[in-house]
Amino acid sequence: MTTARYRDALKYGAIWVFILVELAFFSIAGEFMSTSDKAFMDFDNMLLLLKQSAPIGIIALGMTIIMINGNIDLSVGATYALAAIVLLDSMTWPALQAMGDWAIPVAWGLALLTGAVLGAINGLIVWKTGVDAFIVTLGSMLGYRGLVFMINGEQPTSHLNWTLVDFAEAQFLGLHTATWFLLITALALWLLMTRTVHGRNAYAIGNNREAAVNAGIRVGPHMVWNFVLIGFLAALSAVVFYSESGSVNPNDGMLFELWAITAVVLGGTKLTGGYGSILSTLGGVIAIQLLRKGLGHIGAATETVNLVIGLILIAVLLLDRQLNRKGQEELKI
Amino acid sequence: MTAPIPVLRLEGIVKTFPGVRALDGVSLSVMPGEVHALMGENGAGKSTLMKVLGGIHAPDTGQIFIAEEPTVMTSPQQAKAKGVVFIHQELSLADELSVAENIFLGELPLKSFGRVDWTKLYADTDAILKTLNVGFDAKTRVGDLSIANQQMVEIGRALTVNPRAVIFDEPTASLTDAEKVVLFKVIADLQTKGVGIIYISHRMEEIFKITDRISVLRDGQYRGTLTTADTSEDEVTQLMIGRSLDLSRNTSHHALGDVALEVRGLCCGKLFHDVSFALRKGEVLGFYGLVGAGRTEIAETLFGLRTPRAGQILLNGQEVKITSPIEAIRHGISLVPEDRKHQGLVLGMNCRDNMTLPQIDDLTAGPFVSDGAEVAIFDHYRDKLDIRTPGWHQTVGNLSGGNQQKIVIGKWLSMRPQVLIVDEPTRGIDVGSKAEIHNLIRDLGAQGYAVIVISSEMPEVLHVSDRIIAMFSGRVMREFTSEEVTEDNLVQAISGIEANKFVEGR
Amino acid sequence: MAGLTKQGIGAILAKQGILIAFAIFMIGFALANQRFIAIDNISGVIRSSAILGVMALGVTFVVIGGNFDLSVGSMMSFSTIVVLDLHDKLGPALAIPAMFGLTLALGAFIGFLVGYMKLNSLIVTLGMLSAIHGLTLTWSGGKNMDIADKAGTWFSVFGQGRILGVPVPILIFLGLAVILGITLSKTPFGRKVYAVGGNGQAATFSGIPRARIVFLTYLMSSFCVAVAGLLQASRSLGSQNTVGQGMELEVLAAVVLGGASLMGGSGTIFKTVIGVLILGFIQNGLLLMGLAFYVQYVVTWAIIILAVWLDVAAKRGRLWSPTA
Repeated sequence: MTTARYRDALKYGAIWVFILVELAFFSIAGEFMSTSDKAFMDFDNMLLLLKQSAPIGIIALGMTIIMINGNIDLSVGATYALAAIVLLDSMTWPALQAMGDWAIPVAWGLALLTGAVLGAINGLIVWKTGVDAFIVTLGSMLGYRGLVFMINGEQPTSHLNWTLVDFAEAQFLGLHTATWFLLITALALWLLMTRTVHGRNAYAIGNNREAAVNAGIRVGPHMVWNFVLIGFLAALSAVVFYSESGSVNPNDGMLFELWAITAVVLGGTKLTGGYGSILSTLGGVIAIQLLRKGLGHIGAATETVNLVIGLILIAVLLLDRQLNRKGQEELKI
Repeated sequence: MTAPIPVLRLEGIVKTFPGVRALDGVSLSVMPGEVHALMGENGAGKSTLMKVLGGIHAPDTGQIFIAEEPTVMTSPQQAKAKGVVFIHQELSLADELSVAENIFLGELPLKSFGRVDWTKLYADTDAILKTLNVGFDAKTRVGDLSIANQQMVEIGRALTVNPRAVIFDEPTASLTDAEKVVLFKVIADLQTKGVGIIYISHRMEEIFKITDRISVLRDGQYRGTLTTADTSEDEVTQLMIGRSLDLSRNTSHHALGDVALEVRGLCCGKLFHDVSFALRKGEVLGFYGLVGAGRTEIAETLFGLRTPRAGQILLNGQEVKITSPIEAIRHGISLVPEDRKHQGLVLGMNCRDNMTLPQIDDLTAGPFVSDGAEVAIFDHYRDKLDIRTPGWHQTVGNLSGGNQQKIVIGKWLSMRPQVLIVDEPTRGIDVGSKAEIHNLIRDLGAQGYAVIVISSEMPEVLHVSDRIIAMFSGRVMREFTSEEVTEDNLVQAISGIEANKFVEGR
Repeated sequence: MAGLTKQGIGAILAKQGILIAFAIFMIGFALANQRFIAIDNISGVIRSSAILGVMALGVTFVVIGGNFDLSVGSMMSFSTIVVLDLHDKLGPALAIPAMFGLTLALGAFIGFLVGYMKLNSLIVTLGMLSAIHGLTLTWSGGKNMDIADKAGTWFSVFGQGRILGVPVPILIFLGLAVILGITLSKTPFGRKVYAVGGNGQAATFSGIPRARIVFLTYLMSSFCVAVAGLLQASRSLGSQNTVGQGMELEVLAAVVLGGASLMGGSGTIFKTVIGVLILGFIQNGLLLMGLAFYVQYVVTWAIIILAVWLDVAAKRGRLWSPTA
């Protein structure tokens, strides 16, 4: 009991400590190196940071569930792009044009449905063929991207709906619309994973799939629902982002899967499944965004962000390994 | 008063797979409150029979009766609903989840919106844990429990229904003696409640201690049921293999050579302390003790897989430092590990490649591996050890346990070791191959090899060893020559009675 | 009897499925378009596949050794940018060895982390994908890199030259494939790679230096990446920072298509070459049919999943997964 608590506190808590360290570092370093005279921990700056975390963040939250369940999804970036195109393109259809502002919920619905369907396709293939999720989603990452180009062509699609932009830029209780989506998603998924039978079974499947099967848990449907969920969330992320930006390039969303996985791993979720926390992933997402902004704040070239994040990811792994070592008595294999 | 009816009865079960008649008319009945042993060699059909009972395989012909009511089993869950519960050999627990979630895995109590009813879950779990009389609570993470307590969680699963029959599949494989006592008490409790128990095990002493009747399978055929009180180990063995297994005490004597290996005061943290012994050429030295007594860890240290905190290792009188298996091999030490599938063999590789793996650098013609040299080594040891395989290209994973073990032994004999360490040489091997491997180890001694045999099976240690070291809790308790050793003093030595200590749960 | 026939077909599919699929595919396209099997077309396909192919050769070692390498795409961008930059600063004769040295150093770093520090290769190489991308951007200052005197350098020989009429990239790709194929199948090192990937613990228990072998597979992978970078730079004599982006997954697709198990311990160089060629010919065949490059994505998706599915199905002896 105590060892588990201790380890949980360490693994899930580490990311928040890391965020505090980042905040302190960039605040202090910013005093000496910043090009602007604004403080780093400026309130507006932090609000903006949360807003900017939302697109990757919403996807990373879904990725957490997929990884706890023992799978991985490399196709989220392509799903994101496809949902964005459906969102913007559908609003130009005559049928929707005629609906006035009612076109917005319909377009949202179509985009979210697209995401859910793409997720379901991944999930069903993984379930029914028994091919590893890594390979299936590696394939659909290419395939869905191909669909993006087929529907959209090679040119960007733009459509600005000002009602939608107003909604996206609104602030409620000081937080931006995108931030609300991020926080509500986090809360909903946290409840899902800690309180519901589906969530607990997802943990059990990721932890010991054979045991779950033996206990009569239907592994397949759980997996499919989780893929539907991440497809839906990738679409939600697109909906939130493109409502404001109004323009999508067919290459958008590339490498999102890598950012999302990085955030999840920073949050302490086990790659092999069965262990992880939604809230820590939220921490991972914020930590990455903080790093991006912080490096900009202290005048580091934007190019170094990738370098630093990559190295931090590796450092986290090294640290994790050192903490888990059993010392000198360990078997050297 | 009516005669009691069997809680579970199997009648004439036949199950064929392409090319194999796995079960050939097997019948079995379990009475309420009875512990019924099911015995047979690996491949005799026990696990197929249990899969039929659990609804994983449908029988070709034959009938299952629960309380004399014909029943068709479709899945382990349905079997459980009918009161037939399985406790598996391999623990199938989710170790990141709580005890409660594991006990009710797949049947978590529901509230609205798919939520888990935690209050009910913990209350129900506490009730079950109370009947098992264990010292942990429902919220404990399973990964933090000892193996024995994890076994209790597994048993707890069986109690989420009112079971009529419980099937234990090798439940004591990884338990200490103290932990076994707890398990046997749970079984006795179930008995008094009128639950029928099928107990699958290879361990004769347990079978004779706790069971009422013994049914034996051989080659998929039912060979008979014996009343435990009226039979003997020999009779059961005869039924199982069609002849008796020679496990007589080792009485052979041949001249021993110089000291090949000497260990002085070897320590490795909590694993073992102050271990000293010497091994002569031509000698078979047995290490006997419970699981966790530190025997395997000593072997791993000698093979360079663990770093000792203190102590010396001398080979032919010269002190050596062994920091990796590569160096151990260079010094002429070989280890046949206890976990054949994970440590002994690359299961996806063929027989030849597995056998020549440690010396592949030396089997070259120019920069390339020499096919001829490899095949020559394989052929030599295939003949010498009587390895039965269609050819060297056969994938090792497809061989029987006995033949796999011979490949591992051949791999190390081909290195011409000064010291050969064999850890659990016959684990998971059928009785026929067991005898062959015993003879082989005896022969190696006679040929002048210095051999260490680590085993948890007392008859095996007594049968092959010239000298026996008894270990308890990481310490060498006593050394016996084959003349002075008796089963009694050996049991005393390894159970810590001499040290006045008790086994603690891990 | 019916059961036996089924098993026979299954076994053949399992062993030669990829070759059969390849043959059917080639015949189909050849019937649809005669030009498809013209010598110059085939040579063109191999030539354009050479860069991907060279990278796939190295990754084959890593995958058989039981690990992933997701960093090869961004590493290839790195070596391309570096060699182009140094070309004008040091001259090609020094630029090439300097680029090889730097790329091998990156490979050695990954090999150290995965081999000796025993870190999860998926995450390490994911991190390195990002880190090397950052390194490349820092090196180039975010700008495209071009050789000043494109007409006057002999550097173009690797990507554009011909020997006896055969394009140099083809010679390098196939030559490297033969050498690495022999290394993998005929040398003690190759055997150890299979052993380490098949069962790392058993390999250790057999006295095989697992960490060193894993380290060497990454070193080989980075060597192949350096060669690919050289071909890329030499072919175009100028490059964006993102030239290799996404190639890690195409490479992995080729290796998997060739039938190497991502669990390690199985696969061959020959099969990987087939995998690379299938991807190349799909692209080419669809182009010849007048379809845009992105249709190739969708077709590749279908082919990867079908190929792996057939492989998995043959191993378990049934088409659909029994998972409930």
